[in-house]
Amino acid sequence: MRRSVSIAGLGVALVLGMLCFGTSQKSHMASAQEKMSTMEVKIDNFSFGPVTLTVPVGTTVTWTNRDDIPHTVVSTDEPKTFKSKVLDTDEKFSFTFSKAGTYPYFCSIHPKMTGKVIVQ
Amino acid sequence: MSEKKKDEIIHDHNHDGIDRRGFLKCMAWAGTGAFCVMKGGVLSSYSLSRVSEMSTAEMMGELSFVQISDSHMGFNKPANPDVAGTLKAAVDKINGLSAAPEFMLHTGDISHLSKPEEFDTVDQILKSAKPKDVFYVPGEHDVLNDDGKQFLERYGKSSKGGGWYSFDKKGVHFVGLVNVMNLKAGGLGTLGHDQLEWLEDDVKHLKSSTPIVVFAHIPLWSVYPEWGWGTEDSAQALAYLKKFGSVTVLNGHIHQTMQKVEGNVTFHTAASTAFPQPAPGKADSPGPMKVPAEQLKSVLGITDVNYVQGKHALAVVDSSLA
Repeated sequence: MRRSVSIAGLGVALVLGMLCFGTSQKSHMASAQEKMSTMEVKIDNFSFGPVTLTVPVGTTVTWTNRDDIPHTVVSTDEPKTFKSKVLDTDEKFSFTFSKAGTYPYFCSIHPKMTGKVIVQ
Repeated sequence: MSEKKKDEIIHDHNHDGIDRRGFLKCMAWAGTGAFCVMKGGVLSSYSLSRVSEMSTAEMMGELSFVQISDSHMGFNKPANPDVAGTLKAAVDKINGLSAAPEFMLHTGDISHLSKPEEFDTVDQILKSAKPKDVFYVPGEHDVLNDDGKQFLERYGKSSKGGGWYSFDKKGVHFVGLVNVMNLKAGGLGTLGHDQLEWLEDDVKHLKSSTPIVVFAHIPLWSVYPEWGWGTEDSAQALAYLKKFGSVTVLNGHIHQTMQKVEGNVTFHTAASTAFPQPAPGKADSPGPMKVPAEQLKSVLGITDVNYVQGKHALAVVDSSLA
C-alpha cells in the first residue's frame, strides 16, 4: 500500500513538473510514466513473450493473441487470481497487479504454454 | 518481439517464399475423415480420399463406420477460409461410399470457439450425411468458457460425468473418452480419476475376445508431448484394456494421420476436416499450416472403419478429401 501511495505521490510530482516545463518535456514525461504502468505480453507461435515479465506493483499487463488459434491467460493458483475469456486472434486481456509476488500462468487450452509475471 | 515479426518470413528453408506460419496457414485447408472397417476383429482405417482406389471386397467387413475430426467450425483464417465447405466435401465423400457406413464418430473440435452457431452449422451439415447416428467426444475447442456445459447439453445427454460413455455395435464395444477438461499448467490431456474408475468398471465384464474401439480427442499415446500431443494418464486407461485381443484407439487433435501398433493396441489419428497441422517438431509451434488451395483437400480427411465379425481383426485407413 505504502509503495502505491508513494508512486501516486511521484505521479503528482511529475504532473506538477510537466506543468512547469513546457510541451516537449511534458510528452517525454508522460511516455515515461506510461511505460511504468503498462506492459505487453505477446502470444505468438504457441508461446508467451516474454515468458517471464518483471514489473513494479500497480502495473497493468496486457496480453495480445497474435496466433491464428485461440488462447487463454489463466493463473495457475486456486482460486484464480486472473482468468481471461478465450482470446481469438488479435484479442487482448489486461490485468492490473496490485500486490507483489510471483504469478505463474498458462493457456488452459494449450497447457504446455506457460509464463510468469513477477511483481516487485 | 518486433511488431513486424508476424509478417516476416522467418524460416524459409525451401526458398519458396513460404515460411512455417505461411505453410501452416495453407495446411489449414486439410482435413477429411477416415473410413473404418472391422474385419475379423481388426480395424482398418482408410483415408476417405483413398477409398475410391479400394475394391468392394476391401471395404466389406462386419461393421464399418466413419471417423471425422477437428471441423473447427468458425475458423476463418487463411489456412482454410471455408471450413464449412471442406466439411461438406467430407460428407459428400461419405455419401459416395459404395457401402454406407453404419454411423459416424466425431473425435472433437467440432467448433472453433464453442459458439452455439458453430455447433448449429456442423449439425446442419452432418444432417445431410447418410449415416444418421453421430457419436461425439469433445475437443478443447468445444468446452471453452463453460467447462463443457453446452457440449454436454448438445451431445452428452446419455453420457457420464464429463461426457464419457460406451456403446456396443455388432459385437464391438465402443468407448468415448474425454481428455480435454481440467488441463493443468505444463501438462497434457487428462482423463482423471473418475473417468478411469468408470472405464475399469465398464470393460471389466466383457470377454477378452470383444473387439474394443476407444475414441477420444487428444491422442492416448505420446505423439509429441512437447506440443501437448499426448494424455497424462492414458497408460492407466490402456492397462484396463490389456486383456483384450483387439484394441483400436482413434484420436484427432493433431490434424494429420498417424498410425502405431503397440502390442494388442492399434493407434490411429484422423486428419482434420478443416486444416492441417505440422508433423511433430517440424515447425516452431503446432499452429495451422497453410498449403496451396489446390493441395488443401489432399491433406484433409475422413476415416472410415470397417469391422468383420467372427474373425478377429480391425483395420483403420485414412483417406483425404481430394
